[in-house]
This record gives sequence, structure tokens and C-alpha cells, in this order.
Amino acid sequence: MIIEALIAVTFLAALVVFVAPDEYAGRLAAALSALPILGSLWMWAQYDASGNALLGGSIAFETDAVWLTLGGLDLHWFVGVDGISLPLVVLTTILSTLAIVSAWTPITERESQFYGLMLFMEANLIGVFTALDFFAWFVFWEAVLVPMYFLIGVWGGPNRRYAAIKFFVYTNVASLVMFIGFIALVFGLGDSVSSMRLPEIAQALRAGELGAFAGLDAATLKTVAFVATFLGFAVKVPVAPLHTWLPDAHVEAPTPVSVMLAGVLLKMGTYALLRFNFTMMPDVATALVVPIAGIAVISVIYGAMLALAQQDLKRIVAYSSVSSMGYVILGLVAYTTYGVGGATFQMIAHGLISGLMFMAVGVIYNTTHTRMVGDMSGIADRMPLTAGIFVAGAFGYMGLPLMAGFAGEFFIFKGSFESTVHAGMPLFTAAAMFGIVIVAGYLLFAMQRTLFGPFSFDGEYEITNAPFHDVAPLAVLLLLTIVLGVAPDLFFGMIQEAVNPILTGGGL
Amino acid sequence: MFDTIALQTEPAAAWTALAPALLLGLTGLVLLGIDTISPKETSNTLLAGVSAGGSLLAFAVAAWFLVAGTGQERTGGPISLYGDTLVVDGMSLFFTLIFTVVTAMVTVAAYDYLREQSHRAEFYSLVLFAATGMTMMSMANSLATVFISLELASLPSYALVAFLKKNRGSVEAGLKYFLVGSVSSGVMVFGISLVYAVTGSLVLGDVAAAIGDTEMAGVLGMGVLMIVGGVAYKTASVPFHFWAPEAYEGAPAPISAFLSSASKAAGFAVAFRVFVEAFPLGAIPAGVDWVLAFQVLAVVTMTLGNFAAATQENVKRMLAYSSIGHAGYALIGLAALTAGGPNGDVLGASMAHLLVYGFMNTGAFLFIALVEHWGVGRTFEDYNGLASTAPIAAVAMTVFMFSLAGLPPFGGFLSKYALFFSAIEAGFWWLAAVGAINSALSLFYYSRVVKAMWIESPAQDFEITSRPVGLYAAVLFAGLGTLLLLPAFGPVIETAQAVAAALF
Repeated sequence: MIIEALIAVTFLAALVVFVAPDEYAGRLAAALSALPILGSLWMWAQYDASGNALLGGSIAFETDAVWLTLGGLDLHWFVGVDGISLPLVVLTTILSTLAIVSAWTPITERESQFYGLMLFMEANLIGVFTALDFFAWFVFWEAVLVPMYFLIGVWGGPNRRYAAIKFFVYTNVASLVMFIGFIALVFGLGDSVSSMRLPEIAQALRAGELGAFAGLDAATLKTVAFVATFLGFAVKVPVAPLHTWLPDAHVEAPTPVSVMLAGVLLKMGTYALLRFNFTMMPDVATALVVPIAGIAVISVIYGAMLALAQQDLKRIVAYSSVSSMGYVILGLVAYTTYGVGGATFQMIAHGLISGLMFMAVGVIYNTTHTRMVGDMSGIADRMPLTAGIFVAGAFGYMGLPLMAGFAGEFFIFKGSFESTVHAGMPLFTAAAMFGIVIVAGYLLFAMQRTLFGPFSFDGEYEITNAPFHDVAPLAVLLLLTIVLGVAPDLFFGMIQEAVNPILTGGGL
Repeated sequence: MFDTIALQTEPAAAWTALAPALLLGLTGLVLLGIDTISPKETSNTLLAGVSAGGSLLAFAVAAWFLVAGTGQERTGGPISLYGDTLVVDGMSLFFTLIFTVVTAMVTVAAYDYLREQSHRAEFYSLVLFAATGMTMMSMANSLATVFISLELASLPSYALVAFLKKNRGSVEAGLKYFLVGSVSSGVMVFGISLVYAVTGSLVLGDVAAAIGDTEMAGVLGMGVLMIVGGVAYKTASVPFHFWAPEAYEGAPAPISAFLSSASKAAGFAVAFRVFVEAFPLGAIPAGVDWVLAFQVLAVVTMTLGNFAAATQENVKRMLAYSSIGHAGYALIGLAALTAGGPNGDVLGASMAHLLVYGFMNTGAFLFIALVEHWGVGRTFEDYNGLASTAPIAAVAMTVFMFSLAGLPPFGGFLSKYALFFSAIEAGFWWLAAVGAINSALSLFYYSRVVKAMWIESPAQDFEITSRPVGLYAAVLFAGLGTLLLLPAFGPVIETAQAVAAALF
């Protein structure tokens, strides 16, 4: 019942904060959001499960109860975690609290509503990563959109209405496409499944029990469903060329919301790709390996090139996410322990590091009120601590050893290099590795021009060190990045255990 | 649901099964009695309290009957009364739940709305009498009682729409509603007479028995088509929808809520029973394909309702058109029927959607009543920035809007899902597809309200002078209902599908 408690406590906290007075809403939200952190860390400490939750593994902290029955199909309240979802739950709870703390400075109006929505979103995100019944999962998945729409639309920048609506429309249409694709699979499975529990569907699909539906034979139906779900999730990830909502949303969103967007929301897409496409339909994924790996490489290179061309620090970090998520897809399609496991690990690593980068940009913006590279230079003279953490985070992003980013990228490259799904995988890997060079390029370029050199600043604001509560979340994230870089086995062991069943048995 | 609750050892008199309807009618009479004692100074609180109490009591009795199994298979099947002209079964009780809960919300909300009005007792009693008529509509098992109960529900509604007699819009709406309503009644009663001419009977079961070997299939077809027209009017389906936006806009907002939720559900109650019982798919002559008529109606109604709603500048009108769209969704319950298909599932899903709709749509109109109470305008622009002055009510309205659009985590998501899922299950995946696309489009205009309230900043400062208790209570109650119907949807859909299956 710990998962239910986690979700319920976060919902209640959201309610309490929503009606609390503005003066102490931020502090209250941070204090209350410590509870889910404690809960998720307790789960991590007590974690005792093996294998993949969808493919016959044992599931930790499981609850399974029939919710309602509809036309012979049971919908369940079915939650639980395995080695893939538990790290993401921990990431969600920790990053949410840090994002809430980082909101204390920039958010100055309608504060209780802001923090209430942040906590509401956190509760739904925990639900996304723990739900193991398609229906319960979809309810949480869609429910994340609602607070995000308001968070961008109310507290965002000057162009916030456009960005909020674009985000909402893109991701909602994507959800519809994905939903149709998945439901077609369920109808195609017919009587061989009696519920929408993901394990049941995954195993039935792997056992080849799919039948014809709506005039499509089983093989075509599976391919169509794979493409529909892949497109639906790919918008969320996002991969090029479905990424155009992301920079708008990021640039308009306030810093803490960008942190959640890059740190956790994008992982919903890759997590769903792993759970649905790559776990349930490995045969289609391997058949489509060339286009998928191609999309991954294009996302890596194109995203990095776009980042290189930006003048806005936040845009640089935003586009870099497109690039990093490309690595994750490459790791997934490789179908090796290191590939899929590395992709999962990279989700956590990228969550920490991109959160760190967005927060660092936010701290600089809070002081300078500009994000344009051309407007400032030598900021490190006046804000040495922030600049130092920014540099350290950027190194993490570039994949310097002993940082989480290195571990994630190394695993992915090792995995995709050794991959046997297609003869061309080493080529794809080599092409994707060029991304590292460009990443180093745009980050060093941005740092050199804003942080270093002689101090100059086009603006009337006084540039001083940021307050403690602005820098503290950065420090925590940096610490976690290093800890995970030094000891990836804190998570990688359980990830590997959960990933291995995907690679053996079934369609491969 | 609860199989083994033995209620009584010896059966009560059959007429006691009418208790919910009788309670509603009695409450209406009591209200008139109270008013007679001191017509000038009758307390508004007392009137609203009695009407809400009466309808909640009727709700409780209907819920008790439904749980105890009154009129359902496990306690001996439908209770038939007065020569089979009225029948109490699970379906009529389920619809009674919708009517009574909406009536309760509307009367509580009207407490504030009517504070400055005269003739308050008449208002409440008319609402209660209309609710009685609706309950009778759900029980009517003969074309004659169908017509009588329909008029019993309609006549008070005409008066209620025109209730603001110093307001031109309200009077005009009332007149329009009355004229269109009378014509439709005429059409329907003519259809009924044609069916009588063919079958020689008005009781639904006897009609069904007689249609199989008729030689006058053409006359029967005309009759059925005219009854379809009457039903389409009552449920505000295209092409008989023109009265709805006018009536809903002109009427006092609680009455718009009442008409668009309860009255519409009553129309569906009649439609479901009449078409399933009197013209069963297996027995009806091949030329009289009413399912096709409902398929066309459903698709056209959803699409036109949605597109018209998208072009409105006035929130109340937008809601009126969107309620036409929702009539289209509910029509799937009839449009996806097949001989021998999973008909109980489809019809039950429609009924469950109407229940959820009863909460979310009533709540949305009552929010408009609240905004009217504050003297804010009716256009989207006038709603700008409402959330900063009334955040709690705005949260409730947001819940209604997203639930109407079918977004999780609200009740409307599950009920729409159940509806579309059942349609696919019955083999009508194209109906489900049209519904899903319409549903996705509807997000556009529903989110406009949300955007205006939360994201836009107010054009001019307005102060909220009072926080009307009754309206707030009703809006929050509806919001809570919309939210709780997501986790509690299991018993709702299971009951609905079970009682719907009993019809076939």
C-alpha cells in the first residue's frame, strides 16, 4: 500500500497547499513534498523484486484489485514497481521537491495555486510510473497534461498562451493516436486477454496470440499499432521532427516547470516506449530498426545542431534534451542489456542533469533578467558559486567520467555498438557519437561567452550571488549526479535485472 | 450488485414501487400548501429546503430500491402497474436517480437565484412537478402514458423558461419553447395514433407482439419515424434542436441546467424503452429500420452540436450547443443496437454517461448561474480572470469543462470511454471513431472557458459582493460528484448495464 499512500499523500498535499495562503505556500509545499521523497527512498531501501514487471518478474509493493468490468474486460487498479520504474519514481519525488524550492524566487503571484498544481502533477507522475494496468496508467498519463497546461499558461513568459495551447494540443492528439493504437491491440487479442493489465497484454502479445481486427490481419495490425503507439510516445519524448512544441513550452515556462518538463515529463515518453513498444512488440521493433535508429541519430545530431544555433541559454538547454533523448531511443532499439539498461539509466541521469542546467539558467535569469548569450559576459566574476555549478553540470552533460551522464552514455554506446539486431548498428552508433562533440561545442561556447571573460552586462540589475535557497537545489542535483556517476550500481543493478527478460524469450 | 439482500418477507402493495414519483409529486403539492398559508412572506429557505429535501428523499428511495433489487430479475422482474401502463424496473429507477439528484442541485441553487423574485413557491413546485413527469416518463410502458408523462414534464418547463417575466429574452424563449414543443407533441401523438392504427394497441409489449405480421409496414414506418421526431425534439437532437440554444439562453440558469440535464435524460428514458420494447429489432418489419435513423441522428447531432458550439462567443450558448453534442453521444445507445449483439452493454453505457452528464452539465450551468448572480457578463471575455477572484468555484468549473471534454481524471472520461468501448464491442467502430474525434474537437471550446478563467487577466476590475451559499453548495456538490464518479464508476456502469440488459 506504500504506492497508494505515496499518491494519496501527494494529492492531499496538493489540496492543502492550494487553499493555503500565498505567504507560506512555497515553504509548506516543500515541506509536504518531503514526505513522498521519504516514501520513495524507503521503497528503494526495501526494494525486493526481480525481473521485469511485465514479463513474469516479481513486482514490488504490488496491489491488484478489480476496478470495474466493461464488456468482458476487467479494468484493474494495479500498481507496483520493478527495477525500471522504481528509479523513475525516486527521480520524480526528488526533482519535484527541488523544483518547488527553486520556485521560491521566480514565482511571486498566485503562489498557492502554483505549488498546488506542482504537487498535483507530482502525484500523477508517480501514478504514471507505477500503474501496471493500461487504464489506470492512461488516466494518470493524461492527468499530467492538465496541471502542465496551467503551469505554462498562467505563470509563463509573454508568449505563454500560445505555448500552453501548443503543448496541450500536440500531446493530447498524440495521446489519442497512441490510445487508438493500443486499444486496437487489445481488441485484436480478443478473448486471449481478460483485462488491460500490462503484464497480461505483454505476455499475450509475445506469445503471438494477436488475431485479426477491423479488416487487418494480425501482422499488419501489430505493425500499425506499433507505429501508432510509437508516434504517440515520440511526441512526448520528443524526437525530431515531432519536437517543435518543446522549445516553445520550455522558453515560456517558468524555471521550475521547465525542470519538471525536461526532468520527468520527457521520461514519460521514453518510459512508455520501453514498456509498450520495446517490451511488448520486440519483433516489430527489430523489423523497424533502421527507421527507428535513424530517427534516434537524427534527433541526436539535429537537436545538437539546433542547440548550437541558439542565442537563448534556455533554448540551448531545451534543444539539448532532444539530442539526449535521441541517445535513449538508440539504446532502446539496440536490444542489449547495456543498450536498454543504459537507456533507462540515461533517463535518470538526464533527469538530474537537465534539471540542474535549467535551474542554473533560471538562477542566472533571476539575477540578470536576461537569458541571451550576447547580453552578458564574465558572469562568473559576480556569481562564482552558480557559475561553478553550471560548469560542473555542463561537464556532466558532456559526459565527463564520474558523472551520471557519462555512465548513461557509455552504457548506451557499448550496448548499441555490440547490438546484433542489425548489421548497421555500429554505424548508427558512430554517427550518434558525433553528438558528443557538438554537445561539448555548444556548452563550452555558451559558457565561455556568458560566464567567462571580462565582466560586462547590458542591463540595470545588480549582479550578486544568488540566495542560498536558489543554489541549494543545484548543489543537491550536482551531488546526486556525481554519486550516480561514481556508483551507477545504486540503480543499474536493479535496472539490469528488470531489463534482461525483455531481451530473452518471446519474439527474439 | 448486491444479490442477497432480502428486503421483506411478504411483498408490499405494488403501487409502493411508485414511491419516488409519488414523493416528488407530493413535495410539489406540499410546496403549494405552504405557499397558501402565507403567500406573501413564505420563507425562501423553507421552500428550497422542502424541495431539495423531497427530491433527495426520492433519490434515497430510488437508490434503496435499486440496491434492494425492486423490479429487477432477482426479485421477480419488473413491477407492472395499472394494466401494464406503468412499469417499475431497474432502468426507471436508474433514471430516477438522475432526475432527483439534478432536481436537488437545481432547487438548492435556485435558493439564491430566486431571492429577489416573486412567485418562488410556484417556481419550486413547477420544478418538482416537472421532475414527477420525468420520473413517469422513465416508467411509461404504454404510448398513452408516454405522451401524458411527457406533457406533465413539458408544461411546467414552458412556464419555468418564461419565469423571468420582465425579461424579454426569457419570455421569448418560453414562447419559442412552447410553440416548438406543442408542434413536436402533435407530431409525436400523430405517430402514436399511426402505430395504434397498425397494431391496435398502445401497451409497448402488445405493440411488439403485433408488428411482426403487419401488412401495413409503410404506415408503421411513418408512425415510428414521427415518434423518432418527438424523441429527437425532447432530447434536443439535430434537426429538432433549434429551440434548445434559445430556450437555454433565455431561461433562468438553474432552469437551463434542469432542462439540459434532467429533461434530456427523460427524453432518452422514453426513447430507450419505447424503441427497445415496442419495436424490437428481431420482430420489426425489415423496412422500418429505426436503428439507421438513430445512427444518422447520432452522427449528425454530435458533429453539428460540436461545430456550432465551437463558434459561440457566449458561454451559455456554447454550453447549450455542447449539450446538443452530448445528446449525440448518448444516442449511440440506440444507434449501436443489433439483433443479438451486446445491447445491454451499449444501452447501459449510454445511461451511465447520462448520469455523469447529469452532474457535470448541471454543475456547468449552475456555475453560469453563479456568475450571473455576480452580474458578470456571459461572453468568454467576461469570464477573464474569474479564477483570481473565485478560485474554488473556478476549480469546479474547470472540472466540469475537462470532464465534459472527456479528459481524465474526471467522470466524463470514463463514461465516454465506456460508451465508445461498447460501440466498438458491438461492431460499430466508426460510430466510436466519430464520437472520439468530436470529443477531441470539443476540447477546443471547453478549454476556452478554462483559459479565460485562469490564464487571461480581467478586462475590468469586478468585486464579488457575496458568496451565495446555495449556489456554491450546488456547484461544489456537482464538482465532487464529477470527480468521485471516476473511482466509483464500477458499480454505476455495472448497475446500468445490468438494468439495461433486462430490457432485452
